[in-house]
Amino acid sequence: MEALIETAGRLDWSPLWISLKTGVVATIISFFLGLWAARRVIRKDYRTKSLLDGLLTLPLVLPPTVAGFFLLLIFSRRRPFGMFLDESLGIQVVHTWIGCIIAATVIAFPLMYRNARAAFEQIDVNLIYAGRTLGMSDFAIFWRIVVPTAGPGIAGGTILTFARAMGEYGATSMLAGNIPGKTGTVSQRIAMVIQDGDYVTAGVWVIIVMVIAFAAVFLINVITGRRMKNIRKW
Amino acid sequence: MDRRLHADIHRKAGDFELEVSIHSDAARIGILGASGSGKSMTLRSIAGIEEGVSGHIEAGGRVLLDSDSGVCLKPQKRNVGYMFQNYALFPAMSVIRNVMAGLKGTKEENLSRATDMLRRFRMDGYADRLPGELSGGQQQRVALARIMVTEPDLILLDEPFSALDSYLKEQMQYEMQEMLGSYQGQTVMVSHSRDELYRFSDEIFILGNGRILRSGTAQDVFAEPECVEAAKLTGCRNLAAIRKCGQGRIEVPGWGVTLSLDREIPDWAEFIGVRADALRPVWGERTDGCIHFDLERTDELPFEKHFYIRTGAAAGSAPALADIDENLLCWSAKPDIQKLIDERGLPDWLEISEENLLFLRR
Repeated sequence: MEALIETAGRLDWSPLWISLKTGVVATIISFFLGLWAARRVIRKDYRTKSLLDGLLTLPLVLPPTVAGFFLLLIFSRRRPFGMFLDESLGIQVVHTWIGCIIAATVIAFPLMYRNARAAFEQIDVNLIYAGRTLGMSDFAIFWRIVVPTAGPGIAGGTILTFARAMGEYGATSMLAGNIPGKTGTVSQRIAMVIQDGDYVTAGVWVIIVMVIAFAAVFLINVITGRRMKNIRKW
Repeated sequence: MDRRLHADIHRKAGDFELEVSIHSDAARIGILGASGSGKSMTLRSIAGIEEGVSGHIEAGGRVLLDSDSGVCLKPQKRNVGYMFQNYALFPAMSVIRNVMAGLKGTKEENLSRATDMLRRFRMDGYADRLPGELSGGQQQRVALARIMVTEPDLILLDEPFSALDSYLKEQMQYEMQEMLGSYQGQTVMVSHSRDELYRFSDEIFILGNGRILRSGTAQDVFAEPECVEAAKLTGCRNLAAIRKCGQGRIEVPGWGVTLSLDREIPDWAEFIGVRADALRPVWGERTDGCIHFDLERTDELPFEKHFYIRTGAAAGSAPALADIDENLLCWSAKPDIQKLIDERGLPDWLEISEENLLFLRR
C-alpha cells in the first residue's frame, strides 16, 4: 500500500493526459460521424444497408492490429496518401498524437454507429412525419426530435465509444507508437511497465483507469438520466 | 380563406392502387373505409408524407401537388396539419415545447402563443409535463393544440379516437367538435367507425379498396348507400341478390320471399339490403314479405340482442356477394321487443318493410 502511494507521488502523469485527450477527441469525432453514418445507412435499401453496415462494423470485429496494419498502409510517409499529407499539408500521422486519435477513432467509431443506428431504427416514423407537417426543417427534426428521442441509445453508444477510445492499445501502438510524453497512452504505459516487471506502477495506473472509467459512465448516466423521464421502467 | 379541397390522388403501392377524387367545400369532411381501404394513404398523400403520389391537390386556395406541371410542395410548405392515430407527440419534449415545435417566431412570441393555445385546450396546467405522463385524452388535446397553433389551411385527422376507450371516445368527439368550432379551414377525418363520422361530417366519402364508392351528406349516404360495399360500411348486415319480376315485384331467392313494392325499383338495382334493426317480428299470419327462419345463434349485447337466423330458402345464387352468406340474416332486437319475445316466444316470421329497403348495385 505504501509502495503504491509512494509510486503515485512520483508518477509521470503524461500518459493520463494523452489518454484523456485522445479519448475525448476521438469520442467527439465518432459521435458526429456515427450519427451521420447511422442516419445515412438506415435510409438505404436492404442490400446496400447490409454491405455498408458490414464495412462500418469491421474495425470492431477485426483484431485491432489488423486495423493498425491498414492504417499504416494508408498513412505511412512512404505511401502515396501519407506522402501527400506530409508534403502538401505538413500533417504527419505516424508516431504523432494525431495517429493516436485516428487509431482510437477508427476502433471506437463502430460502437457509436451501431448504437445510434439501433436507436434510430426504434423511432416511430410518425414523429418525423409530424415534424415535417408542422413545418420543421429536417435539420431541426434530427437534432430536436430524433436525437433526444434516441437519447438513451446514443448516450450508451457515447459511453462505450469513450471507454474503448481511451483504452485502445493495438492499433495505437502500431500507428502512433509509444513515445513518452507524446503518444504514450495509459494502456501502453501499463504494458510497458509490466514488461519491466514493475507491478506497483502498473497497479497505480490500473486503479486510476478504473476510477476514471467508472466516473465517466456514472456521470453520463446521471446527466442523461435526468432528461430521460420518458423512459418507463419495466 | 378559400375553403375548397380538391384532391385527385393516384398512388400505386405493390398490388394496391389508390385512385381517389375528393372535391368538397364542406367544413367537415369524413372518409369512411375499412382497414386497408387506403384511408390513411389518402391523408398522407394530401399532407405530402406519402412517396410516389401523382395527381392534383389543392387546399386553402393553394396548389400543393400538380404532377402535370411538376409542382410538389414539401410537407413543410403545405400548411396542412396532421393528427396521427397515436398523436405522435415528441416524447422527449415537454407539452409546451411540443406545441412550440412548429412555430417560427421569436422565443417569447412562440411561448405566449403556445401558452394561449394550451389555455384554450385547458391544458395550461400541464405545460411542463412530458407526453408520456398524460392520459390519452390529454395527449389528443395537446396534439390538436400543436396543430392549431400553426394555423393550417387544412387539418387531417387520422382515426383520432381509435386509441381511446369508449367512454372517453364520446367525450373527446364532443370536445373535438367544440375545439374545431372556431377553426375557419376544412377538416378531413378518416375512420372506420360510422358513428364517429356520422356525428362529425358534413360530407362523407366512402372508400373501398382504393376507390371512392359513394359521397354525399352524411344523411344521404347512410340512407342510400347505393352500392354493396358502401352499404356494408354503413353497417348494413343483410344483403341479397334480387330478381325483378315486373310490376313492382322482386324476388329475393336467398331469403325465400317475393316482395310487392310501391316504391319505384331503380334500373341499376341488383341487390337489396336491410339493416338488422329494420326487420319486424310477426306472430301469427304470414303476409307478403315475411321471411321464414330457423334460429342459428344469438349474441347478447348490453342494450340489444342479435339473433342470427337462417332462412329456409335454397342457397343464394349471387356470384357478386362471395363473402356473404345470403341465407344468414342478423336481426337486432331492442329491449321492448325482447320483452315481447319473453312473453310470446320467438316470432313466427320476420317481415321486411318496404320503406327500410336499400337498393344496391355492385
